[in-house]
Amino acid sequence: MSERDVSRRQFFVKLGVVLNGLAAVVLATPVVGYLLAPIVRGEGGKYRKWIDLGELDEFPEGQTRLAKYKNPISNAWDGETDDIPCWVRRVEGETFQVFAINCAHLGCPVRWFPQSGLFMCPCHGGVYYRDGSRASGPPPRGLFQYPYKVENGRLMIEAGQLPTLSTSASLYKRSKGCEG
Amino acid sequence: MRRLAKIGDWFEQRLKIWPVVRETAEHRIPTKSASWFYVFGSAALTVFLLQIFTGIMLALIYVPSAGEAWNSLQYLNHGVTLGWFLRAVHGWGSNFMVAIVLIHMVQVALFGAYKFPRELTWIIGIFLLLMTLGMAFTGQVLRFDQDAYWGLGIGASICGRVPLIGAWVVHLLLGGPIIAGDTLSRFFAMHVFVIPGLLIAFVSVHLLMVLTLGINDWPMPGRIVRRSTYVEQYEAEVKKDGMPFVPDAVWKDMIFASFVIGAVLLCAAISGPYGPSGQPDPTIVQTVPKPDYFFQWLYALLALLPPQTETVAILVGPVVILAWLILLPFFAGEGEKSWKRRPIAVITIALTAVTLGTLTHYASYTPWSPIMDAWSGDPVPVQYLNGRSPLERQGAAIFQEKQCRNCHSIGGSGGLRGPNLDSVAVRKTHAQLVRQVVQGGGNMPAYGKNLNPAEVTALVSFLDTLHPPNQPRARDAAAQISDTTEHFANGTGKE
Repeated sequence: MSERDVSRRQFFVKLGVVLNGLAAVVLATPVVGYLLAPIVRGEGGKYRKWIDLGELDEFPEGQTRLAKYKNPISNAWDGETDDIPCWVRRVEGETFQVFAINCAHLGCPVRWFPQSGLFMCPCHGGVYYRDGSRASGPPPRGLFQYPYKVENGRLMIEAGQLPTLSTSASLYKRSKGCEG
Repeated sequence: MRRLAKIGDWFEQRLKIWPVVRETAEHRIPTKSASWFYVFGSAALTVFLLQIFTGIMLALIYVPSAGEAWNSLQYLNHGVTLGWFLRAVHGWGSNFMVAIVLIHMVQVALFGAYKFPRELTWIIGIFLLLMTLGMAFTGQVLRFDQDAYWGLGIGASICGRVPLIGAWVVHLLLGGPIIAGDTLSRFFAMHVFVIPGLLIAFVSVHLLMVLTLGINDWPMPGRIVRRSTYVEQYEAEVKKDGMPFVPDAVWKDMIFASFVIGAVLLCAAISGPYGPSGQPDPTIVQTVPKPDYFFQWLYALLALLPPQTETVAILVGPVVILAWLILLPFFAGEGEKSWKRRPIAVITIALTAVTLGTLTHYASYTPWSPIMDAWSGDPVPVQYLNGRSPLERQGAAIFQEKQCRNCHSIGGSGGLRGPNLDSVAVRKTHAQLVRQVVQGGGNMPAYGKNLNPAEVTALVSFLDTLHPPNQPRARDAAAQISDTTEHFANGTGKE
């Protein structure tokens, strides 16, 4: 076996490594893109859409009621999970507050108690006042609010994603803008 | 018989595996290590195999679709012969697996088995613990019911606390903007392919290292582990006072493993399968979500942490604990192995166990949560109404109607969020009660906007009656002094 043979074999081994590396990169690119799709798909507010909550008359002034809507981003096999509830408070006239069902602490479903005017969370004891501000317990802020508008006598909200401390900060600011 | 031996020979001629099998089975271990304390690793492996087997059985029927999963579980429970039993075995198997893995870890820590040269075995063990907990959580999600749905909400909310990239992490976890079909599909893939695959790989390496490095020798007080001498000492001990693993030690593993399997089957047969609880319909808000028992300590911790420390504790805490566990064999890789000479190890383990136990106990009755139906379900005790004035009885009605009861107990029933009020009049004066009701404070909401003055008066006059007959009401000492001084100022003198 001459030295030339050895270096020739070494060359082919190296070539094999390079080719496999190349194939790995070519394969990995779409795989990474595929895996990151849940992030990329939602960039630029694509996870939020305006949806119809119903006629204004369904929400009596001064009351807070449970409303339900179909999540605007959904698939046929989502089953019951794309029925999303929210609490609608009609302050007066066309002034509303639309609260997410999810507690600002860790996302459990808050319940409205009209008698005491409080929202209470069953998980870790978070409590909110009727305007959604924090009353007691572990929540770091008030209830999440959806931006809303009134169109042709119907209440519309901009919703679509699970509200958490980082997916909803923008929602809150915008809804404040609506009220002002 | 001869025919069988011939067939065996035919395979062996081609496989050439018998010498390896034999050498592995008969590898020598220190005689003292053939102990009942050393059976938990093999028991964990046995339960893992049981989980793989029952998991495959369930996968024959289960439909990993958000729209159908819950129905397919009902079908498993009620429509498939013994489907309920296989679900029960898989569920109880997961409980046993978490428990045995933890016991195994405590035993290894107490016996100093993580010290040189078994550091890597320990570190791989830490990852095996994480994967076991990962299987427990993803498995709970596959039981796609209300607890699973809101458990995912809690998981997503924790991810949402990650600074800067929180929203990305949430969307990656859920596979989209919200808990839905894509969420269940990816948890199914994790539970059935990704984590079990990793578990099998890591368990194999873990086991291989036990064979190549030898099982931990029985810790003797005063026998110090040193990197320079340990391997020689161990080999000398095995030579002098050792015995083959099969058959001299393996029988204990086998007996304990069969005992564990028997216990799983018994629990499953008696208690039946876990859930599923209500349908995963988020519009059913009358629900009290709760995790399975292995995460209840965390559920309790999240309720009890001071709010301002919570985000840091949730995000940094696990990293610190994990880093500490992984680094443990590097800063404590030599020295005493016996727990009799390692008080800090014993105290740390005991404190951890007591903490987890206490938190789990709290989670069993969640004193931090309002009891949502106490105001309409629990009556005011009759002795609190007998002989009371109309105003005080009106106050009792307001006490119920305004849901005070959801957080405060009287007569032994009601919420535990706030203090028990059976003797509140002993602790607070009339004026203090009015202030507390109207302004709240100390984790109580202010009721000023939800009660008119008449209601406050009635409510507080009811609260004023809440004191044991032999204990007087709290009195406002300062007001009495000023009364007395007025007496003096007016020249009415002493009594």
